[in-house]
Amino acid sequence: MIREKYADVIQELFRRYPERKSAILPLMHIAQHEYGYMSEEAMQEVADILGLNPTHVKSIAGFYTLFYEEPVGKYVLEICNDLACALRGADEFVAMASNKLGVPVEGTTPDGLFTLKTVMCLGACDRAPMLQCNLRFHEHLNEEKFTALLDHLHQEASSDQVESAVVEKIVSYIN
Amino acid sequence: MAHLLLRHREIENIKKLDVYRAHGGYEALKKVLSMAPAEVIQVVMESNLRGRGGAGFPTGLKWNFIPKVAGDKYVVVNTDESETGTFKDRELMEGNPHQVIEGTLIAAYAIGAKLTFNYMRGEYMDAAYAFEEALKECYANNLLGPNILGSEFSCDMYPHYGAGAYICGEETALLESLHGNLGQPWSKPPFPAVEGLYRKPTVVNNTETLANVPLIIQNGAEWYKSMGTPGSTGPKIVCLSGHVVKPGNYEIIMGMTYRELIYDLAGGIPGGKKVKGFLPSGGSGPVVKEEALDAPISYEGLDKFGSAMGSASVIVMDETVDMVWAAKKATHFFKHESCGKCTPCREGTFWLDKVIHKVDSGRGTANDIKVLNSVAEQIGGKCLCALGEFAKNPILSTIKHFPQDYQAKVRANG
Ligand SMILES: Cc1cc2nc3c(=O)[nH]c(=O)nc-3n(C[C@H](O)[C@H](O)[C@H](O)COP(=O)(O)O)c2cc1C
Ligand code: FES
Repeated sequence: MIREKYADVIQELFRRYPERKSAILPLMHIAQHEYGYMSEEAMQEVADILGLNPTHVKSIAGFYTLFYEEPVGKYVLEICNDLACALRGADEFVAMASNKLGVPVEGTTPDGLFTLKTVMCLGACDRAPMLQCNLRFHEHLNEEKFTALLDHLHQEASSDQVESAVVEKIVSYIN
Repeated sequence: MAHLLLRHREIENIKKLDVYRAHGGYEALKKVLSMAPAEVIQVVMESNLRGRGGAGFPTGLKWNFIPKVAGDKYVVVNTDESETGTFKDRELMEGNPHQVIEGTLIAAYAIGAKLTFNYMRGEYMDAAYAFEEALKECYANNLLGPNILGSEFSCDMYPHYGAGAYICGEETALLESLHGNLGQPWSKPPFPAVEGLYRKPTVVNNTETLANVPLIIQNGAEWYKSMGTPGSTGPKIVCLSGHVVKPGNYEIIMGMTYRELIYDLAGGIPGGKKVKGFLPSGGSGPVVKEEALDAPISYEGLDKFGSAMGSASVIVMDETVDMVWAAKKATHFFKHESCGKCTPCREGTFWLDKVIHKVDSGRGTANDIKVLNSVAEQIGGKCLCALGEFAKNPILSTIKHFPQDYQAKVRANG
């Protein structure tokens, strides 16, 4: 699936790196975007493109927090509740979000739209509480802004255009 | 004083090439192209520039370690920035990416590298946009690619996005991650200067370190050294977070005190509360008490308080903070981020996390405090990289400075 769709990108990645294996992270970012999460097929395809054993791809998927090994909602809401954010109300914010979504942390809403996660520092500690949603940052949050964000995402979801910033990036630079 | 690094705060759109150039951008690169590489390294050595990634290693010396023989060499920029409380490289890349690119090109010229990568944390999308736009402009204007500015010097630069792992900020783990392997550190030697990326001589520098380089070339080592203290020259971006009225990045000249930063620049503590303590270096450096407020912000400034400036990620905690809770948060981070390669770090952070959670929840005993102490002591000095050293700090330093907080939690259980 990605081999054809991203043929140009793959070629460019191979040109850039002196060793092909270095293309594994960009390819996994793309694969996750296309498959929704790091499914067996996604990992197999990355392995095939790079001529690697799929167990290697699997070990990489398990190592990094941005790769999801289980299916996730269309939108992954990752709230930072690390120390600096927690000093500015992040734990209370997580509780509010969990309550509003009706799912615990790591849970996905029954409509498959939202997965709630907590994450370590995202480099936005001066703008807490904050979260990233499919890699976009939303900062200086409060309950009202969180509700507005959910409304916005509900609308966007019905348009079926869910972006993944990192893939946009990898692809846009190459084109 | 106008900013030297966070220049976008005064100069609108300095992230655009034409604006950056209108304000002296790429003049340092031009100058360098008519110098011998050894001369460039000499100037950087004389400036006493030290690494801004945390360890403070002299930058010129690091460049000078690269073997002066023909062959592939690399410069890798470290924008992995994942330490709790750190957000300076993000602002630099978002606001003033050309200064980082220029510094990287100068480093590449000095060591003879033709290929450079910027390893950016995968979450920093706005920084990535700004960086990639800047790269495109450079390629379109003969500042990257073959024969830069008509010289013999050719160089490429590419971004490489991480995927969420603090350990990949450690230089050898970063290189392993770039190789397409698990991002786990290797045992040094070999040092990256000898065997780094693709087993070739490699300089790994922090983003902020490289942003200083054009300034030094342009204005000279003497000018640069006139700022700061003898051991800590030049400007430093301090990331200020936690209980302060105006959190954010502050570009200061080293030697300013923490008190001046927190009270004069950042408006003090909300509600006029007192400072109980602060973490000068995110979660990784030992916590210090209010008494350290008058220490200078510099590489040597916190020596007598048993801590260090590190990457200057200052997390302020007011008098209401329970230091057992703070230690729990910081310890949880290290447990989550331990890469699992070294047993003392992997197992040690697991147990520290378990026991500190127990104490924090009020179920701990006096003996648990002893266990915390002894497990933390046993991680120290036994791991491949500094993560293990960092991991012991939150617990040991809070037990040392705030024993009353621990006593209060375990009192009920004897
Ligand atoms: C666990 C760990 C995480 C690190 N994270 C970073 C980081 O995010 N950015 C960085 O520049 N240096 C980081 N470092 C330091 C690097 O290993 C290295 O010293 C630095 O990039 C060198 O650049 P400098 O000399 O310009 O400071 C980290 C070190 C350790 C042990
Ligand atoms: S602690 Fe939350 S973004 Fe840094």
